[in-house]
Amino acid sequence: MDAKSIVRALGSLRLTLVLLILAAVLVFVGTMAQVKLGIHAAQVRYFQSLFVYAELGGGLRVPVLPGGYLIGGLMVINLICAYATRIHRPRGRWGLLLVHAGLLMLLLGQFVTDLLQVESTMRLKEGQRLNYSQSSRKFELALIDLSDPDKDRVVAIPESVLQRQQVIRVPETPFTLRVLAYWPNSRPVQGGSDGRAPEVTQGQGRQFRFQPAPRTTRTDRRDIPTAYVEVLVEGEPIGTWCASGWYEAPDRLSHGGREYALWMRPARYYKPYYLKLIDFSHDRYLGTNIPKNFSSLVRIQNPQTGEDREVLIYMNHPLRYGGETYYQSGYDENDPTVTILQVVRNPGWLTPYVACLIVGIGMCMQFAGHLRRLFSRKQEVA
Amino acid sequence: MKKLFPWLLTGALALWVLAGMMPPKDPGAFHSLDFARLPVVANGRLQPIDSVARNSLLIMRTRRSVSFEETGADGQKHRRRLAAIDWLMELMMKPKVADTRPVFRIDHPQLKDLLGLPGDEKAHYFSWKELEPKLAALDREARRAMDIDAKKRSRFENAAVHLHQALILYQRLKNTLVPEEVHDFAADLEALQEAAGPGLKAFAASHGSRDFDQQALQKLALILRRYESSARMAYPLMIPPADPQKDPEGWKTVGDAVLEPVRAAITRLSAGDTNAVPERLEWQPQLLLFARMASAYRNGDAGAFNAALDEYRQWLDANMPAAVAKGRHEHLYNHWELFYRATVIYVLAFLFGCLTWFADKSFRTFNLAALLLLALGLAAHSGGMFFRMALENRPPVTNLYSSAVFVGWGSVVLGLLLELKFRNSVGVVMAAAVGFVTQIIAFNLSESGDTMEMMRAVLDSNFWLATHVVTITIGYSAMFVAGALAILYVVRGVFTRSLDPRTRRNTESMVYGIICFATLFSFVGTILGGIWADQSWGRFWGWDPKENGALLIVLWCAVILHARWAGLVKGPGLMALAIGGNIVTSFSWFGVNMLGIGLHSYGFMDSAFRWLVMFVASQLVLIALALLPTRYWASYRTGETDPPLRTPRPAPSPAKG
Repeated sequence: MDAKSIVRALGSLRLTLVLLILAAVLVFVGTMAQVKLGIHAAQVRYFQSLFVYAELGGGLRVPVLPGGYLIGGLMVINLICAYATRIHRPRGRWGLLLVHAGLLMLLLGQFVTDLLQVESTMRLKEGQRLNYSQSSRKFELALIDLSDPDKDRVVAIPESVLQRQQVIRVPETPFTLRVLAYWPNSRPVQGGSDGRAPEVTQGQGRQFRFQPAPRTTRTDRRDIPTAYVEVLVEGEPIGTWCASGWYEAPDRLSHGGREYALWMRPARYYKPYYLKLIDFSHDRYLGTNIPKNFSSLVRIQNPQTGEDREVLIYMNHPLRYGGETYYQSGYDENDPTVTILQVVRNPGWLTPYVACLIVGIGMCMQFAGHLRRLFSRKQEVA
Repeated sequence: MKKLFPWLLTGALALWVLAGMMPPKDPGAFHSLDFARLPVVANGRLQPIDSVARNSLLIMRTRRSVSFEETGADGQKHRRRLAAIDWLMELMMKPKVADTRPVFRIDHPQLKDLLGLPGDEKAHYFSWKELEPKLAALDREARRAMDIDAKKRSRFENAAVHLHQALILYQRLKNTLVPEEVHDFAADLEALQEAAGPGLKAFAASHGSRDFDQQALQKLALILRRYESSARMAYPLMIPPADPQKDPEGWKTVGDAVLEPVRAAITRLSAGDTNAVPERLEWQPQLLLFARMASAYRNGDAGAFNAALDEYRQWLDANMPAAVAKGRHEHLYNHWELFYRATVIYVLAFLFGCLTWFADKSFRTFNLAALLLLALGLAAHSGGMFFRMALENRPPVTNLYSSAVFVGWGSVVLGLLLELKFRNSVGVVMAAAVGFVTQIIAFNLSESGDTMEMMRAVLDSNFWLATHVVTITIGYSAMFVAGALAILYVVRGVFTRSLDPRTRRNTESMVYGIICFATLFSFVGTILGGIWADQSWGRFWGWDPKENGALLIVLWCAVILHARWAGLVKGPGLMALAIGGNIVTSFSWFGVNMLGIGLHSYGFMDSAFRWLVMFVASQLVLIALALLPTRYWASYRTGETDPPLRTPRPAPSPAKG
C-alpha cells in the first residue's frame, strides 16, 4: 500500500461518515452520563479524552468508545486528507471548501481553548479591592510567610501535587511537608476520632474532625478537600496539622522567629492590577424572586499603567481587560452588597467567531444553490 | 359548484375566525368584561385580571372555563358554563358560592380514594367543598411527596403535589381581594375606621407604659390580623400605585393598602410621636372603590358594582393609560383564541389533503381546498403569534411554550411553500399535521400557567433571543418538516399505491433540500448560542445538555448529507435517516430538559416524558417500515420495478478525484 492510497483511505467519505456517527453516539452517551457524573466529570471522561473506558471492576478498564479528542483528531486528519487528494478539483464547491475550512478552525480552536482556558471567580463586597480571582473547583495548600508587614510571600501547593507526592519540599521556606492523608472531598463530622484520620497536634484541627466524602456530581456544589500534613524542619517533625477547605481562617505556625500561615484555600490567580467594587445593584421583578437585572460598578486600578477608571459590568456585557474577561455571574443570597464575577482567561476566544463566519458564508453559498434548484426545477406534477 | 367549493368552505371558516374576534358582550347585569380587563400585577408582570383567571383555571382544571350541571328554577338539570372571569369574581367576592364549583381536576383513583371521593370513573372535577373534609390527609401526603426528588415521585405522589399546589393557589386567590372571614368588605373597613382611633390611642398609651384601654387595642389587633394574613396570601397585586407618575412600580396587595395608614401611625407612635393618632384613617381611593365593588357584588347590587367599577376605570384611564392598554390588549388576545381556531382549521386542511390522494377526479378541488385552508390556518396562527410578540415586546420564542408555537409556524410556512411549488398535497398534509401536533403540544405546555412569564436576567436579551433562539427553532422546524415528509413517503409507499415514481422523486428532493436548510439553521443557531454563552459566561462551549442536543442535530444532518453524497442512501434509506432526525430533534427540544441538569434545564416534566418515549417508539417503528425491502411496499408492487432514481450529483469522493 503506497502513501497515496493511505492518504486516500484516511480522506474517504466513508471514514467521515463513521466519525460523524461515532461523534453523535459519543455526544448522546456523554450527555446522558451527565445525569450521574455531573457536567464536569462527564466532560473530562467523554469529551476531553482519547478513549472512553468502562470499569469492569478489579481496576480493569476497557476502552468502549473513542473519546472526544480521538474523534476530533481523526476528523481533522480526515478533512485534510480529503482535500489533499482532491486538490486538483478546483472548479465549483468553493462553498464546501469554506465550510470545511471553518470547521477545521473551529475544531482546532476548541482544542486550544480546552488546553489553555482558565476559569475562576472573583467575589467582591462593596468597597472591597482584590488583585486575585479564585478557582471555583481547585484548592491549593498555601504556605504564607507573614514576616514582612508590607508583602506576604506565598508558596502554593496545588491539589494535584498533594495527591501525587508523599513528601513535599516547600521552596523558599525551611519546611518539608509529609502528606499523611489527602481527601479530595470531605465533610465535617461531630464527635471524637474514628481512627481514620491521623492525629493532629497543632492548629484548629484539634477541635474539628473530618471524614472523606464521595466527589460531588452537581454543578452547583464543589469538592472541599482536607489534608493532614506533618511539618518537618531539617528532617525533624514539629507537629501535625489538619488543613481543610472548611476552615474560614488559616492556621499559624512559627519557626526561627518567623510567622507563617498554613491554609487550604481555593486556588488563587494573582493579577498585576486591582478591581474595586463601587456598587452592586440587583433588581427583581415586582412581587417575585425572579432576577431582572444585576450589574456591578467596578474601578480598575493598575499601578503599572497608572489606570484608575470605572467600568460597569452587567449581564451580557462583560469587561475584557488584561487578557481576561470578567462576567457578571451571580450574587450572594444573604448579602445584597456582594457581587460574584466570573473571570475567564482564554487566548483562543476569537477563533469561534472567525470560524463561524467562514462556515456560515460557505453554507449559504452551498445550500442557496440547492434550495434555488428545489424551488425552480420545472414542475413535475401536473 | 365544484369550482366554488374550496372558496366557500374557506370563506365560511374565515367568518368563524372573524366572529370570534367580535367584541364580546357582557352576559349579565354585572359588567364582568370591564372587570376582566382591569390591569393587575401577577408573576412579576402587568396583566389583565382575566389572564390570572384563565391561567389559574388551567392549572387547577386544565380548562379555561368552568362547566357544571345545575338544577334550574324549573327543577330540571342543565349544564352551565362559567367564563374564567366570572368564576374568579365569585371566588374573590362570593367565596361561599365559588366553593361549590367543580374546579379541581382529579384523575388518579388512589388520590380520589384518599380524599373520600366517589370512585365513579367519569367524575373528574370536584369543588373545594367536596375536598375540604379530607384536606389534612392530602396535606400530609403532599408534604411527604414534596421531600422526594421530582424525578423519583410516583404518579400518585405527583398528583398529590399538583393538587396541593392547586389548592394553595385557590386559597391565595380567595384571599386576594377580601379576607376570607369578612362578609362585607366596605362594612369591615368602616369597623376598622371606628376601632382605629381608640385602638391607636391605647397603643400610644401602652407604649408610654401608662394605663391603657386593653379592649380597644385588642379589637383593633383582631381586625388588623385579618388584613395581615390577606396581605401575605394575596396572589395578584390588585391596588395600583397611589401616584403612578412618581412610583409606577408601586403596586400592592389589598391587605397592604388597608394596613398602610395604620402602619404609618404605629411607626410614628413607636418613634415617640404621641400626637400621631390620626383623626381618620386615609385610605387610597382606589382601595375604597374595590371595597365598594366587593360589597355590591356580594349583595347582588349590580348597579352599585358597575358604578364603582366605572369610577375606577375612569381613574385608570386618566392616570395609567399604558396599564389600561396592556390590560385591554391582552384581554383581547385571550378572547380571540386564535391558536385554537388555527388548530381546528389545520385538522380540516389535513383531511382534505389526504382525500386528494384517493379521489383522483376531484384532486384539483380538494387540493385547492386544503391549500386555502392551510393558508387560513397560517393566517390565524400568525395573527396569534405576532399579537403575542407585540404584547410581550419580545421575539417569537421566549420559552418552551412559544417554541412549540413557532416550530409549528415555521413548518407550516415551509409546507405552504413546498405545496405552492409542487401541488401534490404532500406539503399541505405535512404542514397541517405538524401545525396541529405542535399546537397540541403548546396547549399542554400552557397548563403550567402563565406563558408570558418574565425573562430571567441572563436570558433578558432581545438581540440573542431574536437571533440564536429563532434560528435554532427554525432548525427544529425544518428537521420536523423533513421527518414528516419522510413519514408520509413511507406510510403512503408501504400501505397505499399512491406513491407514484414522480411523487417519490419530488419527495426525495424535498427532503434533501429541507435537510440542507435545517443544517444551515441548526449550525448557525448552535454557533450563535456559543457566542451568546461566550458573551455572558465566558465560555463558547460548555457541554451543557442543551448545547449537546443542538450539536446532535448538526451532526445528524452532517451524517445524512455525507451519506447521500457518498451514494450510500437513496429513497427509503434517506427517509429512514430523516425520520431518525425526528428522534434527534425531539431529544434536543424536550429530552435534554428532562435530564434536570445544566443551565437550560426547566425542571422535570413527568407526563411529557411518557409522550416523548411513545414518540420515539413510534418513530423507530416507522424507520423499521422504511427499511423494509421494496418488494413489500404496496406502491412498488404495481408492476413496475425500482424506478430510475434521480442520481445525486456526483459526490466529491476521493475515489473519483
